[in-house]
Amino acid sequence: MTAANSPTSRSASVDAQGWGWRHAGRTGWAVARLDLRIEPGERVLLLGASGAGKSTLLHALAGVLGGDDEGEQHGRLLVNGGEPAAARGQAGLLLQDPDSQVILARVGDDVAFGCENLGVPREEIWRRVRESLHLVGLDVPLDHPTSALSGGQKQRLALAGVLAMRPGLLLLDEPTANLDPTGVIEVRDAVARVLEHSAATFIVIEHRVAIWQDLVNRVIVLDQAGGVLADGRPEDVLASQGERLSAAGVWVPGRGHGMPVRRATSRDEADGILLRAESLAIARTKSVVVARNLDLTVRAGSALAVTGPNGSGKSTLALTLAGLLKPAGGRLGASAGFADGAGAAPIGWTSRQLLTRVGTVFQDPEHQFVAGTVRAELAVGPRALGRSGPAVDSRVDTLLQRLRLDHLAEANPFTLSGGEKRRLSVGTVLATQPRLLVLDEPTFGQDFRTWREVVALLLELIDDGTAVLAVSHDSDFVAAVADREFRLTDPVADRQPVAPR
Amino acid sequence: MSVLRVPEGTHAIFRVNPVAKLAAALLLAGVLMLTIDWVSALVALGCEAVLFFWAGLSARMFLLRTLPVWLAAPTAGLTTLLYGQAAGQVYWAFGLVHVTQGSSDLAVATTLRILAIGLPSVVLFVTVDPTDLADGLAQVVHLPSRFVLGGLAGLRLVGLFIEDWRALELARRARGIGDGGAIRRLAGQAFALLVLSIRRGSKLATAMEARGFGAPVRRTWARPSRFGTREYALVGIGLLVALLAVVVSVATGNWNFVLA
Repeated sequence: MTAANSPTSRSASVDAQGWGWRHAGRTGWAVARLDLRIEPGERVLLLGASGAGKSTLLHALAGVLGGDDEGEQHGRLLVNGGEPAAARGQAGLLLQDPDSQVILARVGDDVAFGCENLGVPREEIWRRVRESLHLVGLDVPLDHPTSALSGGQKQRLALAGVLAMRPGLLLLDEPTANLDPTGVIEVRDAVARVLEHSAATFIVIEHRVAIWQDLVNRVIVLDQAGGVLADGRPEDVLASQGERLSAAGVWVPGRGHGMPVRRATSRDEADGILLRAESLAIARTKSVVVARNLDLTVRAGSALAVTGPNGSGKSTLALTLAGLLKPAGGRLGASAGFADGAGAAPIGWTSRQLLTRVGTVFQDPEHQFVAGTVRAELAVGPRALGRSGPAVDSRVDTLLQRLRLDHLAEANPFTLSGGEKRRLSVGTVLATQPRLLVLDEPTFGQDFRTWREVVALLLELIDDGTAVLAVSHDSDFVAAVADREFRLTDPVADRQPVAPR
Repeated sequence: MSVLRVPEGTHAIFRVNPVAKLAAALLLAGVLMLTIDWVSALVALGCEAVLFFWAGLSARMFLLRTLPVWLAAPTAGLTTLLYGQAAGQVYWAFGLVHVTQGSSDLAVATTLRILAIGLPSVVLFVTVDPTDLADGLAQVVHLPSRFVLGGLAGLRLVGLFIEDWRALELARRARGIGDGGAIRRLAGQAFALLVLSIRRGSKLATAMEARGFGAPVRRTWARPSRFGTREYALVGIGLLVALLAVVVSVATGNWNFVLA
């Protein structure tokens, strides 16, 4: 029971002839002057700097870009010789965010949704549902609640939903960017299994080349200025364009050079303790304790990485140490120097008192945006501290430059790209120069360029004496930044910090 | 936390099409709204009290879920008692408050009526799975599928909004604007939630479109939604209770038509 021997297993060709697209209300073209032919059954990795229009192209191929009121089109884009929007179900699109792709409450119903829309007969739908779930390796009952799935499982569920439609063109738009390392492998292996059994044409967008390199036979690099920058066999393109791709933010395997390096610090470890947690118990909501008996210290000029599996309470611990969640038990105290007259318990500090003490960068930058422009966003903190106009302006200008956001000063924060949002969210926190920086997955879904910038910025701050506490799944990030690692393991067990590396 | 939590149980009521439950509840409510008297409400309530044994709920669950109705009914009754239309003998008067023969009759009738309409509605809907309801509304009632499925998919986002709200609250404290005026803070936070929810909604719409939602073909349904004997029986029971209430009320001369 594989897709390969089913009569509906098709593979589609892609043709772009001088194709371009401009989103409504934008001055620049998202994609311009694209000429391209992809043969049926080809497996393509689509690369390019952020803003090169990779996602726009995939959305267009899936026929979900919208009509004339959504934007303006140039030239022609054809799937199997026809308009993509006219042949729904011919192309299947898997998106980046696992949460926004779950449509129904039960696993089986969710997979069936696409087939229903395409008018597949009932008996055939359930046959396809079981087959697709088997293919992506999601072995849960059909009535399993979709809300109980992990991120990797949700992505495999969405993939099964796409496969059940029997698409001739399989499109993946950064399907693993929002997943932890386990989830990345789950999804990658599921896709590999699917490709073994399917003749479908395959296009994937991904910054991290290593994940898909072995599954594709062609790499196409889109040029930010329009058209195609490079096109060919993976090893040829990566060899000839590696340098350029790396600079544009693509994680090219074997190109680790140019990584920021941590200056060796010889600080006295006993000095500069900002926070001390003793038998700390943490809880997201009052009743549900996620971990207890935690002992750790946060020190000035030093970086502590909080690691561990999903659901072990990493974010909860970070938010508790940041003075945002109330400890569920034990003790969390700030040193007299750090509290600076504000009381020993961070949860008791006012919102204004937190500003100069702890800066928190949330996992989802959109949660922390409160202003209408990038400039106003950066000014929120300094203004709350009651700083004068000129002082606020000069601080904001410095940050805009440092974070390469000066050309976007008047843009709405919500309209920025993923990397720009991340840089802005870090900037809003730096604006008030807190002595402790708490970051929740700061490198999640970021391209290599933003990754490098965030790491370099943090190293600079640590060298200047700022304390950094970062929750991260990203082992490269932990290796580059952290002095110590605090690993949360199975829920509610005693644990000790891992020895300093 | 999921709004679409699937209710589970082995009672027959779990297998009844939600459309029948909706119809029975609406029928009962519609008839009981025609009159304000204590007899019809009491008769309906008496029948319901017996029927609740087949509702598929434990006593604890029943009390927990219907608690709002138990609180609302006497509150409405008390208000009617104190401020309702004055008629007949005056028992007590203080300022605008007139407790009279008429207002106390009305208060009892109101309290019983809210219980008689509210309790069965809540009890019937506790065992409704939103997905089944959507299937029924589209296949049995033939409401437009775009509308029904859009609503169903949107419902799932409510759980995410609750998480968003918590995160927004913490973020505002972290950004230095968490002190001071609660009303202003809540207004700003509500606006931020609105922005986030629109973005989530449009992402969901794209995901649905990518799965062929709105394709120009006749949609099929993976889950059949049937309206058979069990469903007619439930609606019939609702009709019977309503008729019995009307007959007893009219026979005892208590029928009090609202529009008369």
